Amino acid sequence: MSTLLSYFKSDTSTATGTLLAPARWRALEILFWLFALSLFWLAPSKVLLLNEIAILALFVLSLDLILGYAGIVSLGHGAFFGLGAYVAGLLGKHGFTDPVAGLLVAGAIAGLLGFVTSFLVLRGSDLTKLMVTLGVALILRELANKFSSITGGADGLTGVMMGPVLGMFEFDIFGKVAYAYSLAVLFILFYVARRLVNSPFGLLLRAIKGNSLRTGAMGVPTNQRLVTIYTIAAVYAGIAGALLAQTSQFVSLDVLDFHRSADAMLVLVLGGSGQLWGAIIGSIIFKIMYDWLAAITPQYWQFWLGLVLVAVVLFGKGGVLGFFESGREWIAARFKKAGAQ
Amino acid sequence: MLTILFDGFAYGMVLFVLACGLSVTLGLMNFINLAHGAFAMAGGYLTVVLMNRFGVSFFLCIPAGFLVSALLGGILERTLYARLYAKSHLDQVLFSIGLVFMSISAIDFFMGAQQQLITLPPSLRGRVDFMGVNFGVYRLFVIAICLVLAVALQLILTRTRFGSQLRAAVDDARVARGLGINVSLIFTFTFAFGSGLAGLGGVLGAEILGMDPTFPLKFMIYFLVVISVGGTTTLTGPLLASILLGIADVAGKYYVPTVGSFIIYTIMVVVLILRPQGLFGRANAR
Repeated sequence: MSTLLSYFKSDTSTATGTLLAPARWRALEILFWLFALSLFWLAPSKVLLLNEIAILALFVLSLDLILGYAGIVSLGHGAFFGLGAYVAGLLGKHGFTDPVAGLLVAGAIAGLLGFVTSFLVLRGSDLTKLMVTLGVALILRELANKFSSITGGADGLTGVMMGPVLGMFEFDIFGKVAYAYSLAVLFILFYVARRLVNSPFGLLLRAIKGNSLRTGAMGVPTNQRLVTIYTIAAVYAGIAGALLAQTSQFVSLDVLDFHRSADAMLVLVLGGSGQLWGAIIGSIIFKIMYDWLAAITPQYWQFWLGLVLVAVVLFGKGGVLGFFESGREWIAARFKKAGAQ
Repeated sequence: MLTILFDGFAYGMVLFVLACGLSVTLGLMNFINLAHGAFAMAGGYLTVVLMNRFGVSFFLCIPAGFLVSALLGGILERTLYARLYAKSHLDQVLFSIGLVFMSISAIDFFMGAQQQLITLPPSLRGRVDFMGVNFGVYRLFVIAICLVLAVALQLILTRTRFGSQLRAAVDDARVARGLGINVSLIFTFTFAFGSGLAGLGGVLGAEILGMDPTFPLKFMIYFLVVISVGGTTTLTGPLLASILLGIADVAGKYYVPTVGSFIIYTIMVVVLILRPQGLFGRANAR
């Protein structure tokens, strides 16, 4: 249960202590959030990129909830992201310009779709799940494309107006307010997710992932739990999409593209799935790498992306976090040996 | 009307050749290989290069596409894929998506992003009129090849020593190994063969489907629809599924172009919900 950031000692001699240990906030975690906040002043020219990182992190966090914790494979998680983006965009276009309320509505509608489609991923093998999720995402994209009178089709949805956040902070062209807004939403939802995965509910999800048959035999309504987490993840993804629509004030068919779902998977595996921090660290690495590669080889950056993906699967266990974790264990083992001699 | 049916049939047959290799690796070896289309693209682009740059005859390109893709598949299986058989489906998916991304960029780099065209030999151009229906000669040719292939594949899998060894290796690799079957060699052969079939599909489909760098991603969905709707326990399932899909797609684009691919995706989702093992698959199969 120990993670990279286990700096504060906790009592792991009892079962309760072991279970509660990961729930404790660690110094590094708090430092990270303070650092993310300070970037607002330290790197004001990079806030647009930082905003994108925060949105991606939230989206990947939502995928982590179902994939990393509940073990549901999905190739179509972008469906909820795109739906949230379109809902928020359409609300803004038709005069409903309060960002926070728009965020909530977008999350609720994406969650509704998540609830309805969650029953589809309860059955069948991994392949069936992949196909069904992919199919749902494709259908949604096709719908957005065909109903171009509502969504703007291939041209995208323009004319999205946004009021000030909480009635006080007007969006500026440099993206400062956008970053602060996205970071705040990410922090709140990260906090909630952190509580969620360390709750009995979160532990049950991991049990279901480990062996759903056995968990069911223990008297846990596994399907009901999976439906719940799938719906929650859809809400998260919808909010991430809404953030993108609100901060860029534009929605295009791109939000429903296959590559969104594939990228999210890549980011999660890169950062380390089954750990909430994996989503955030993966997003930071991915966006910076993308920024860098796109500057060097604008046309062929996808090649390097694929290479990273292949390398992570072949050599990396648990992504960046897993890498640090095994490094930490290795050092600890060395010290132990040195102490014994 | 009949022409559409015929074109859809030919289209479906090409899809079948493309997908049946996947049906073997995915259905029998239980490996989710989303990069299957990349091997098809290798075959297709080989044809383009051979025909347009070196003036090789199209008929020679057909076996060449098969052999080169099979070789490529064999090499990749030995070096990379073999390490992933025991890994989770998620790892397999990520790995093969990575390969797809790499192949797309590589082809874009070497060949450019535009669609590649090939000129068919004169003997395959033209059309024949039969009972008032217009048949394209090339499409007849494609259908003939595909039908022969389908029968041959079914016979190989069910009647030959290799086929039974493969089925044994898949059912229980440990026991098969204990019986003296070289499981990893069989898997390599099967994978190479599946990739070769994809390459062959790429050659035949270069004219019908069109070749551009996004091919593996664009048709990945079609392969998966064929496999998941047809089921992977038999070859007849994917065959019927690809014919249905081909006709539905061509007819759909012709009659109701506004609805587009929407119908296909919906049908796929509905079939998967009602029968997760596929329309023609048996229950309890792997």
